[in-house]
Amino acid sequence: MENIEKADQLKKNNRVRLLTRERSKTAMIGTQLSDKTGQSHIIELVGVNKSFGEVQVMRDITFYIRSNEFLTLLGPSGCGKTTTLRVLGGFEQPDSGTVTFEGHDLLPIPPHERELNTVFQRYALFPHLDVAENVAFGLQIKKLPQGEIDSRVSQMLSLVKLDGYGARAIDQLSGGQMQRVAIARALVNLPKVLLLDEPLGALDLKMRKEMQIELKQMQRELGITFVYVTHDQEEALTMSDSVIVMNEGAIQQIGRPIDIYNEPRNAFVADFIGESNIINGRMHEDFRVLICDKWFPCVDRRHENEEVDVVIRPEDIDLVKPADNLLNGIVTSATFKGVHYEMIVEACDLEWLVHSTDHKAEGSEVGLSFGPDDVHIMVKSAFSPMRGKSDQDSASHESERGADYE
Amino acid sequence: MVMNTRSGINEKKETPPTKANAMPLRKRGGTVSNIYLALIFIFLYAPIVVLIINSFNAAKSRVVWGGFTLDWYRKLFQNADIIDALRTTIIVAVLSAVIATLAGVLSSVGIYALPKRFRRIMMQITNIPNITPDLVTGISLMLLFYFLRAQTGFVTLLLAHIAFNIPFAILSIMPKLRQMDMSLYEAAQDLGCTPAQAVRKVLIPEIRPGIVTAFILTLTLSIDDFVISYFTAGNQVTTLALTIYSMARKSVNPQINALSTLMFMTVFILLIIINMRTSSKNRIAHNGVISADRKIGKRAFTTQRKE
Repeated sequence: MENIEKADQLKKNNRVRLLTRERSKTAMIGTQLSDKTGQSHIIELVGVNKSFGEVQVMRDITFYIRSNEFLTLLGPSGCGKTTTLRVLGGFEQPDSGTVTFEGHDLLPIPPHERELNTVFQRYALFPHLDVAENVAFGLQIKKLPQGEIDSRVSQMLSLVKLDGYGARAIDQLSGGQMQRVAIARALVNLPKVLLLDEPLGALDLKMRKEMQIELKQMQRELGITFVYVTHDQEEALTMSDSVIVMNEGAIQQIGRPIDIYNEPRNAFVADFIGESNIINGRMHEDFRVLICDKWFPCVDRRHENEEVDVVIRPEDIDLVKPADNLLNGIVTSATFKGVHYEMIVEACDLEWLVHSTDHKAEGSEVGLSFGPDDVHIMVKSAFSPMRGKSDQDSASHESERGADYE
Repeated sequence: MVMNTRSGINEKKETPPTKANAMPLRKRGGTVSNIYLALIFIFLYAPIVVLIINSFNAAKSRVVWGGFTLDWYRKLFQNADIIDALRTTIIVAVLSAVIATLAGVLSSVGIYALPKRFRRIMMQITNIPNITPDLVTGISLMLLFYFLRAQTGFVTLLLAHIAFNIPFAILSIMPKLRQMDMSLYEAAQDLGCTPAQAVRKVLIPEIRPGIVTAFILTLTLSIDDFVISYFTAGNQVTTLALTIYSMARKSVNPQINALSTLMFMTVFILLIIINMRTSSKNRIAHNGVISADRKIGKRAFTTQRKE
């Protein structure tokens, strides 16, 4: 039953999406071109859809990849990011939509003729070959002279800091070393675009941090476009020039890491990238938002809909003395986190997450202080927080519309 | 006496009793279980041991020891019929093993590429000949050849051996394919291999142990087969197993003991090789691959309404 309902819902959504496709397309182009760098697009996806049976894993995916950029597809598992990568690699054919590579249709080209290489999730190194043979594999297929192969392989092995490992068997390597071999094996072919499918997922934290920096360095030095898939938001923010946040097969937001963090487009992005307080709000006019029956100044204009989601990052809230023009509450927990204290404040029937270097003891009465810059307004979406009973009771003017949101 | 090796192999592949099961038994009644074990082995292997001993017995009688001799072996190799049968057996065994293994590789790759549901159906179909009694397989093949008006002889014998060997080849190769990380095949294509090159340069080397096992196994089964050969070989051609049968019907000839001993030893050694291969293969499976499927459960919204 539930599945059928869900499928219907998906279909309906899709229809709406198709209707609004033209509009959304221009909107996305706008987002991507906002930081005008004037670089050309190496890859363009327009309106790509893909389903596996009943499940639609790519919904109207439209985005562009600029030459030499580090682009990250970010999202939880099952959001369609890996499928998107596999479409680029040629291992999946989309149901509809177009993919172009340097202006040419990419879809009819088989994987082995595409000028891209992939670093696979579990490395996919050939166990029957040693390290050097693995790295040389692509060049050997292209039938390059042996002398050139040898010099390029040893060059690449030293780039990934594996000099002298050429004769090692694959099963003698550590996870980090296998990772480096996989990267070397792809990069030695000098692809125009390197696709990386959660390449650091199997490494421990310290190794992951090191590899993040190294990968970013390699990308800059070699001038190769990287398309990187990850579910780790910190990794995405650290390494990327552009981030595409995906969920349930659809793009939620495209932008530079700083824009994604500071200006999340909806509650999903706000929650997935970093920690945030997402509150129901109301706007009747520009630059003023009603939160918990109190008006606060903000820097956003009024949206079409007066119901909005309000995001306030935990580090943007200061705990001060209670005052009439603030939201007042009681600290219910305070945990030392090293750099800051993580405190939970109960105010107007909500739990607020606050990060601050000032410690307030549990039980103390505080006011939540935040400036107009700290209040970020988003349109309502399917990811908005659930409406609580208390909210409807306290906000008298909601009774007329409240039912719409159940 | 070695006719039933085919079912015997399947039994051997079953997991041996675990240590956890064996330990309490040994602790409680060591002697009882040891005697039981000894009895089983005696019943199983006494006939073969008697046979082997008799093949060196100078006396023609099976109950009197007339001294050690290699005469029966010598006579065996002077027997033109037997040499002829040996040649047929080896040619049929090698040819059918090679062809069945090749067909097994192709079918396995094909079956593996099927969608999961069809793959299961194909594997069920593949398994049917394995559980069909040899007698049924033999008679049905014979009827097929009659129906096609084919003269039974070397060709029909070879075809029959290929037919019953293919499922066993597939069964030896499939597990290796299943163990293989499918992204290896994609990685090969990603690095510039055509699909055919990817099969040749990556997939085949990956499943090579399975292919070798398939070859040895089908070779063994072919040497070993009597029932199916009996119905498909016709009058002109004869294999070692058929020769032994006809010799045993005519008179008690100690050459049979010698021939049977040789056949037993050949099949026995091949089986040991197969078993050693399968056990060492399991050891190296899945080495060094750390699961990257990290769970990142959907995080709840940080701000939540109180209940």
